[in-house]
Amino acid sequence: MNVIYTDNNATTRVADEVIEEMLPFFGGFYGNPSSMHTFGDRVGKKIRQARQKVADLIHADPDEIIFTSCGTESDNSAVFSALNAYPDKKRIITSNVEHPAILNLFKYLRDKKGYDVVLVPVDKKGDLDLDLLYDSLSDDTAIVSLMWANNETGVIFPIPEIAEKVTEKGILFHTDAVQAAGKIPIDVRAAHVDMLSLSGHKIHAPKGIGVLYVKKGMKFFPYLIGGHQEKGRRGGTENTVSIIGLGKACELAAQQLPIMNTQVKELRDYLQSQLLEKIPSVSVNGDLENRLPNTLSIGFDAVEGESILLMLDKEGICASSGSACTSGSLDPSHVLMAMEVPFKSAHGTIRFSLSHYNTKEEMDHIVKTMVSAIETLRAMSPFWKDGKLV
Amino acid sequence: MWEYTDKVKDHFMHPRNVGELKDANAVGETGSLNCGDALKLFLKVDENERIVDASFMTFGCASAVASSSALTEIVKGMTLDEAAKVTNGDIADYLGGLPKEKMHCSVMGKSALQKAIADYRGIQIMEKPGEMVCECFEVTDLEIIDAVKANGLETTEDVTNYLKAGGGCGKCLDRIEEVIASVKAEG
Repeated sequence: MNVIYTDNNATTRVADEVIEEMLPFFGGFYGNPSSMHTFGDRVGKKIRQARQKVADLIHADPDEIIFTSCGTESDNSAVFSALNAYPDKKRIITSNVEHPAILNLFKYLRDKKGYDVVLVPVDKKGDLDLDLLYDSLSDDTAIVSLMWANNETGVIFPIPEIAEKVTEKGILFHTDAVQAAGKIPIDVRAAHVDMLSLSGHKIHAPKGIGVLYVKKGMKFFPYLIGGHQEKGRRGGTENTVSIIGLGKACELAAQQLPIMNTQVKELRDYLQSQLLEKIPSVSVNGDLENRLPNTLSIGFDAVEGESILLMLDKEGICASSGSACTSGSLDPSHVLMAMEVPFKSAHGTIRFSLSHYNTKEEMDHIVKTMVSAIETLRAMSPFWKDGKLV
Repeated sequence: MWEYTDKVKDHFMHPRNVGELKDANAVGETGSLNCGDALKLFLKVDENERIVDASFMTFGCASAVASSSALTEIVKGMTLDEAAKVTNGDIADYLGGLPKEKMHCSVMGKSALQKAIADYRGIQIMEKPGEMVCECFEVTDLEIIDAVKANGLETTEDVTNYLKAGGGCGKCLDRIEEVIASVKAEG
């Protein structure tokens, strides 16, 4: 059975071109990029090229790129650096729909370190309450960290506008752009951000490689203290093969940005319209305009998400119920709860996240499978009778 | 992904006894749409108090559907006295086990069964002592206090892991926190 993969906000397929770029460095070219010999510098040169490609994707300078192990490490590094830069400032601000990499870090800082944490709420469309955010800014604020785009709903926050207002007040601004990269244009200069996190496996590079952009001239306190790698900003021998793969993935992502915003968006819209047309009592979660082009969060009344996922899985279709990172938990998605999505559809919400590898035929198969799955589950649901919610 | 037994998968994909039993004379309902799990159990009981037929309607995950399906298979042919002794462990065992985080699905089955038996006999189920805190998993403040004291629980998350309370719609989380605080205040 062919796999139909529509869980790209969880992770992506490593692109063939990326694998090809990486392969020689698993075998013959194993030198340490820091070594003082040509053999090692062959790797060093590829890393320099990769750094340039990563910088190009977000319009940064290569010196502003720090390679990390993942998005979570980048997020943690950014926040801890800000706290070390301003040890007397005790307020930190984020939103209540962040990825656990930020949300749980902020909760830890509140509960264990006594920080005053402001969780800015979102409205029913998942848009940030900007007035409340701006009112929360104080002289005591060490950092504001906000995601550029939400992993569950795809809702995009107006980061350039927010970052400008935050940094004008002398407050550090970090954005978790893990979901935004490769899906919408990112220009760190125009956006006024001080720090920005990326993750390789969300843009067709391997897992285990991340990036932290740190604006030139900004004081940075390393999270991982060790050798001189990354100009002393992140110790540890470089994950060379993955860095080389990430460079290629960033080059491809820049090229494919127009495809993401035309072909992939059209496929997503087609899937959405077909599901809305063929299944009753369905609602799309999130701001329909300010949304990533590949993401569809859609709720089906009176049925439960895991049951839907297993029925999709039987047909080889990979999707997600809420956030993949919350599997293992009983709680409804914190993002949907923050948006006050009614329980009748929150429990039955499925996230489809597409890539340029998807086809219209796949969307048709998903629609057909969904129609059958929802019908089957509603037939046994005590909350569904005579074609409607009871 | 949860590790489900083949039997759980089979009962989810091919649930037995689905739908409303038109001539049911005992019905038991538990759970709610808000909590993410709900079960309506239908029994047809003959004059000798023997369950001659059973069916269910379930809103929930694979283990909720499988637990409901298993329950109907288990109780068919039993007398009400025999059925009253069925435990959530029996349901889980019938399915070859459930992930520990999903045991509440089998608890839901037992609860619906008890309510159906009570419905047939026209008796009120004795309320558990204490004030109901978590409606989703029917957990009272006294149960939470006992668990907090016995296990040194400190957070609402700890309580959810032990009792499932707060693991559904989450409306009771503040109340759970208050109960934890009251135990701490007592010392």
